[in-house]
Amino acid sequence: MGKTLFEKIWESHIVVEKQNEPALIYIDRHLVHEVTSPQAFDGLRMNDRKVRRPDLTIATMDHNVPTSDRSLPILDQTSAIQIKTLEKNCEDFGIKLFDINSPNQGIVHVIGPQLGITLPGSTIVCGDSHTSTHGAFGALALGIGTSEVEHVLASQTLWLEKPKTFEVRVEGKRKNPHAVTAKDIILSIIKNIGTAGGTGTVIEYRGEGITDLSMEQRMTICNMSIEGGARAGLIAPDQKTFDYLRNREYTPKNYESLVDYWKENLKTDPDATFDKTFVLDINEIAPQVSWGTNPGMTCDVDESIPSPDEFSNGDANQKKGAEKALEYMALDSGTLIEDIKIDRVFIGSCTNARLEDLIEASKVIQGQKVAPNVNAMVVPGSQMVKKQAEEMGLDKIFIDANFEWREAGCSMCLGMNPDILSPGERCASTSNRNFEGRQGNGGRTHLVSPVMAAAAAINGHFVDVRKLNLN
Amino acid sequence: MEPFQKVTSIVTPLDKVNVDTDQIIPKQFLKLVQKSGFGKFLFFNWRYDENENLKSDFVLNDSKYNGSKILVAGDNFGCGSSREHAVWALDDYGFSVIISSSFADIFFSNCFKNGILPIVLESTIVDKLQQETSPIEVDLENQVIKTNSENISFEINSHKKKILLEGLDDIAQTLQFEEKISNFEEKSTIPSVL
Repeated sequence: MGKTLFEKIWESHIVVEKQNEPALIYIDRHLVHEVTSPQAFDGLRMNDRKVRRPDLTIATMDHNVPTSDRSLPILDQTSAIQIKTLEKNCEDFGIKLFDINSPNQGIVHVIGPQLGITLPGSTIVCGDSHTSTHGAFGALALGIGTSEVEHVLASQTLWLEKPKTFEVRVEGKRKNPHAVTAKDIILSIIKNIGTAGGTGTVIEYRGEGITDLSMEQRMTICNMSIEGGARAGLIAPDQKTFDYLRNREYTPKNYESLVDYWKENLKTDPDATFDKTFVLDINEIAPQVSWGTNPGMTCDVDESIPSPDEFSNGDANQKKGAEKALEYMALDSGTLIEDIKIDRVFIGSCTNARLEDLIEASKVIQGQKVAPNVNAMVVPGSQMVKKQAEEMGLDKIFIDANFEWREAGCSMCLGMNPDILSPGERCASTSNRNFEGRQGNGGRTHLVSPVMAAAAAINGHFVDVRKLNLN
Repeated sequence: MEPFQKVTSIVTPLDKVNVDTDQIIPKQFLKLVQKSGFGKFLFFNWRYDENENLKSDFVLNDSKYNGSKILVAGDNFGCGSSREHAVWALDDYGFSVIISSSFADIFFSNCFKNGILPIVLESTIVDKLQQETSPIEVDLENQVIKTNSENISFEINSHKKKILLEGLDDIAQTLQFEEKISNFEEKSTIPSVL
C-alpha cells in the first residue's frame, strides 16, 4: 500500500524503533529562542552535557524584544536578562545566534524559511507551538516543550509517538483571492474541525485551494495547524517551494541534487490512505472574523455573532464556554460583525507579517488615514521583511496613513514586550490566538487577515473587504 | 525526576473547556530563566483581581481545596502555546494528577517530563469526578482511581507509565543509543546549516 508524505518523512528519520513504544526520531534542524531555552541550557550544564550538533542549531531573539528604537537599552529588566542569557548560552555552547542587531533577526518562523534553513523532507523542532509554519515546505515541523529542547540539544533526537494522519483537502477557487486570503481558509478549517479537531494528528493540506497558494500564504495555513490541535501541518513541496528556497543565505550547496531527490520522494502516493479527512470548498468562502476566546469561535464577516446555543450544537460544556467568551469579549449574540468597533489594529506575527501580507494590507490603506481613536501598528516579521518593505516604499504608505512602523519581533501577538492592549481594548489582529488576555490582560482580540485588519483600521470597525475591489 | 507515587487527595474541579496555557501561566511570567517558583502565578488572571487580591469566585481560592493534588478539568486542557512553564506552575502549586476528557498534545507530553500524570477519561466520568467531594486515590501502578463508591480504571501507554513510575532521566536513556545516532548521521541526506 502507498504511503503518505508524513509517513515517508517519519520513516526516513527513525533512529530506534520498538513495537508499541515511541520511536527515536532524528532532528535535522533545531531553532532556539530566548523564552523556552534558558532552563534547557541550565539542564545541560547541571549534567555536564554538550550540544551534540551546534551546526544544526540556530538561535534568534523574538518573543520579548522591543519593537521600538533598537539603539536604546531594554527597559524591562527581566526581558533584558532573558536576552542576555540567550547570548551567553549561544556563546558557551557554540550556537549561531542572530541577535537583536543582526540583519537576520526576526520571528524564528519567518527567518527559517527566509534564510533557506527550512528544507523539504527535513525534521524541524523549536520550543514554540507555531513551528508548524515550516510544514509549508514539506518539512515535519513540531513545537516542543523545554525538556524536549534540552533533549534535542543533547542528543539531536526526540522520542515521539507516531501521530495519526489527517487529510484536509481544500477544493475550488476563491472568487477574489485578494479579499479572501489564506488566513480565511485556515480560520474556516478551524471553525469546522474545532480547536481539538486535529489532536494527535499531522495534517496534510492538499487540493487545488492549497497548490494555488504562494509559499508565504502556505506558511499562514500551516502556522495555525496548532490552533486546530494538530501536532504539525504539511504541504507537499512543488516547484514554488523549490524556487522559493533557491539562493537563500543558508541554502545548501548541493541544492539542485536535493531538489531532484525531493521531487521523486516527497509526495503522498495515490493509493495511500489517511486516518481521517475533512474537505473544505472555498468557492463561496467569505473573509473570517473571530468573535470569541479561541480560534474556533469564528464566523463570516457578513454574519452576526451566533448564540451560544447555535455555536455549541447541544454540547453543554461548549455552550458554557461560548457564554463566558461573549461575556469576556463584551459582545452580544445577534450583533453584526461589521458593527463591531475597534480600538487597536495589529498587523504582525508569525502568521501574517511577511512581505506579501504587508503589500496586500498597504493596498487597502493607500492614500487614506487610520480612523480617529484607532491606534494601528505594523510589526514586520523579520528585519529582512522590514528592509524589503522599505525598499518598496511600504513603510511610507503605512506611516502616511498614521500606522506605527516598528522593528521585527513577536510583539503584540503575545505581548511579552511593551506592545500590549489595555484592559477592555478591542483589537483587529492578524495573529493566531484570541485567548483571554493573550494580547494584554483584559484585552479583546479578533483574528482577521491583513487586508481585513487594514480595512478595520481605516473604518474604525470591521468591513467586508470583498466590497473594496482589491486586486 | 522523582518516581511517581500513589496520590490521595480531594479533587479541585475546574469546570471549563479549552483551558489554554496562556490561562494556566500568562506571558509576563515566561521571562524567568529558572524552573521553580511558578506556582504562585498559576491561573493568575483568574485567581487575582487587578490589585492582586484573591478573587473569591475562583475555585483555587476556595479554602476547601487547599492542599489538593488532583485537578479535574474540561475538554482540550492545555491547548495553545508549548510553554512548559504551564506544567512547572501546576507542579509547583502542588498538582501531580490532571484529569480531563482530552489534552492538547504538547502539554500532554510536557507533563511526563515533569512527573505529572495526565489521565484521559470519558467526559461523563470527568463530569462525575468534578462533583466528588471526598478524597480519591490515584494508583498508577494498577491504573485505577478509587473513589468512595467505585473503582475507575484508566489507560496509559506502558512506556509513559514506566517513565513516571521509575522517574527516569530521558536524556541519559537516549544517550545509550549514541552509536545508532552516529550511524544515522553518517547516512543522513540533510546537510548541516552552516
